[in-house]
Amino acid sequence: MEPLLRMSLIRKKFPGVQALDDVGLEVQPGEIHALLGENGAGKSTLIKILAGAQQPDSGTIEFGGEKVVMASPHDAQRRGIATIYQEFTLAPNMTIAENVFIGREPGPNVFVDWRKMASDTRAITERLGLGLQPLAIVRGLSVAEQQMVEIARALSMKSRLIVMDEPTSALSSAEVDKLFRIARELKAQGLSIIFVTHRLEEVMRICDRYTVLRDGRLVGNGAIADITIDGIIRLMVGREVKALFAHRDREVGNDVVLRVEGLNRLGNARDQSATVLADVGFEVRQGEILGVAGLVGAGRTEMARSVFGADRFDSGRIMIDGRTIRIRSPKDAIRHGIGLVPEDRKQQALFLALAVRINLSMASHRQILRWGVFIDEIAERAMVEEFRQKLNIRMASPEQLIASLSGGNQQKVTLARWLALRPKVLIVDEPTRGIDVGAKVEVHNLLFEMAQSGIAIVAISSELPEVLTISDRIITMREGRVTGQVKREDATEELLMSMMTLTAKNTERNHGNID
Amino acid sequence: METLTEHPHSSAPERKKLDIFGILARFAPLIFLIVLMGGFATFEPRFLTPLNLFNILRQVSIYGLLAVGMTFVILTAGIDLSIGSLVAFAGLVAAAVSKGGISNRFTVGAGQEAASQGWYLAALAAITVGVLGGFLQGFAITKLKVPPFVVTLGGMSAWRGAALLFAAGGPISGFEPNFVWIGQGRIFDQVPVPVVIFLAFAVLAHIALRYTRYGRQIYAVGGNPEAARLSGLNVPGVTTSVYVIMGFFAGLGAFVLDARLNSAEAVAGTGYELTVIASVVIGGTSLFGGLGTIFGTVIGTILIGVLLNGLVLMNVSSYIQQIIIGIIIVLAVAFDTFAKSRQRVG
Repeated sequence: MEPLLRMSLIRKKFPGVQALDDVGLEVQPGEIHALLGENGAGKSTLIKILAGAQQPDSGTIEFGGEKVVMASPHDAQRRGIATIYQEFTLAPNMTIAENVFIGREPGPNVFVDWRKMASDTRAITERLGLGLQPLAIVRGLSVAEQQMVEIARALSMKSRLIVMDEPTSALSSAEVDKLFRIARELKAQGLSIIFVTHRLEEVMRICDRYTVLRDGRLVGNGAIADITIDGIIRLMVGREVKALFAHRDREVGNDVVLRVEGLNRLGNARDQSATVLADVGFEVRQGEILGVAGLVGAGRTEMARSVFGADRFDSGRIMIDGRTIRIRSPKDAIRHGIGLVPEDRKQQALFLALAVRINLSMASHRQILRWGVFIDEIAERAMVEEFRQKLNIRMASPEQLIASLSGGNQQKVTLARWLALRPKVLIVDEPTRGIDVGAKVEVHNLLFEMAQSGIAIVAISSELPEVLTISDRIITMREGRVTGQVKREDATEELLMSMMTLTAKNTERNHGNID
Repeated sequence: METLTEHPHSSAPERKKLDIFGILARFAPLIFLIVLMGGFATFEPRFLTPLNLFNILRQVSIYGLLAVGMTFVILTAGIDLSIGSLVAFAGLVAAAVSKGGISNRFTVGAGQEAASQGWYLAALAAITVGVLGGFLQGFAITKLKVPPFVVTLGGMSAWRGAALLFAAGGPISGFEPNFVWIGQGRIFDQVPVPVVIFLAFAVLAHIALRYTRYGRQIYAVGGNPEAARLSGLNVPGVTTSVYVIMGFFAGLGAFVLDARLNSAEAVAGTGYELTVIASVVIGGTSLFGGLGTIFGTVIGTILIGVLLNGLVLMNVSSYIQQIIIGIIIVLAVAFDTFAKSRQRVG
């Protein structure tokens, strides 16, 4: 059969990284296709290219048998490709019907035929049993219902292919069942669906075929019936171990520096009752690197931000050197010797309009004060020079704007900002995101050296090879819970992947608590 | 392993490119000022006389004091629209105090014969009113989480109302000679006192922003509030403080204005906010926060003064002057946005 979609030899390069390298994707009419891969494998880039949100450097897209160029998101929609992102694009203060027909309101000239809009919306929702009231305001809907509105919008545009990015990540299991029933219904009507997900159990349940990407390359595709979960995991993580990444054995101290007990938090920006953190507990010893593995949205960053005082938490205990401490703001955490290198360098760590020198000393002004008020710039320059040498920060001058450094050197400045404070605990969230491989190795070595000097390190990473390289011990998280714990020497990518993706019941079977 | 060949070690030190556009952007206000002065001098020979130049400086000194305060606010990506009204209110309170106390004002009325108080009491009164007003607005911005634009728009109305209420008996004028000297006197018979006050406080503000820990914190909070918070800075505290500083300068400005006019009235300071914001923005401070200097603000203030003075000398009507100020503020922000987008790409 002629495929509905054929993307071939798609290449896309971003500064410092080949995001897609001759990737292909074929989707048949009336199939549900799983697009799989680890974080950073290139899935998002591929669907953005399909949706017209980004342009490939080279490669071709054939849709419905003809060669097309997706010049813009509007172009892709017009041709019948609808993309539903994790962050919905609904207007919260408008009705369902208005959202479904936004930009394409029916009616003569500038006037809107409200009645037709409502009845057309009702027709779509009834056809699928979506159970939506066309005149309800979107703001009051649950996440699952909002997703249904997105689907209704896709159908109203006569889409032939619907791309869904992590559609089940925010749904309860009953809602997932409903979504799958609707997906099967759409499939029966001849539509195709691309399902981008991490949840392999769901892939086995609903999908017909799969495509796996790794490091921007196509590593496998075929029928779901011909493969097992383990087989998919093997494709996702790959066989070759990156030889440059090497663990450095060190003495780990016996004293527990940071201990977290029963950390709970309910409610995120989208949903007041969502479980963000549930009974999270762990400890880190002096000189130890504790790796935290998990998929995007597993609650790792939320855990880090709560411990650091950047976000509130509902209950739980944080102890430093055996003493319970009260943390209500990052300032409190810093006073108790905790530092955080956040996941999004540009948004959360850097002052892009300011010089390297000023960025580096931002958390440690106290150490370079004169008369309690003035910054002693001579001492400050000495501090910058000390860390430039220690961390091998490559810059032309301390007065250079931080924005003009490479990602790796920016990250070193961020690390130096905390090292200047001599912290007891340093939490690093995705410490090597967006930096090139050489710099990654350097950052790993810095983490080893910091641990060697006695700092307890909590390292969050979505890259399993990295977690396996830097950690002395690893915990995994899923849906706001700690799902398992394993020593580095006992861990494999396959084991971690299953601890991260499978439900808690299965995880316990695979691996209990080793304390 | 193939992925490793792409970028083995990008170990070459990052080079600093010679950015001509950047240098131009940095000195644009100064260049524009020189060109403007040259232009006016050509068309109107009276423009370049020392008398006229000192006049310009004296005229802008109150705007300048306010603009120095406004620089702190805008550096945190905030705005203060209330300053014109706050100047009127603080000015009336100071005038009343100098004329024998606030109680007299309501019991005796605007008694010209009331005992003269020291000018320093007037200064203290004006600055107290300004600081309290600024603190109130800062509090509403950080604790009630109302955007600065809204809070100070409310303040613009409220302080003006307070001034009108306070001035129910009409303007207060006729101060003691020492007080008036601050507004009208000249040091060594040459330099107007308001100019000295303006430049002295500009230097102090420059030192605070450039050399102190507090200055760093202002740039940090304005440049990236989230990163500032995660670096352990007290973001609400810093934010509140800039409105207090703005209030201080509004009070000081009100005091000098009283002295210069030898009078205080409820409609004083009307429209000052726009001129002052224009001065700061033309001086290169970004409305997006985190970028700007007091030096730029001083240049921007003088530039506005030169522009207005030159237009007066050329007999351009004050209505058209307002139109020109309006256009210039929009162009200055457009330039700022353009420069920013260049930065992102480059």
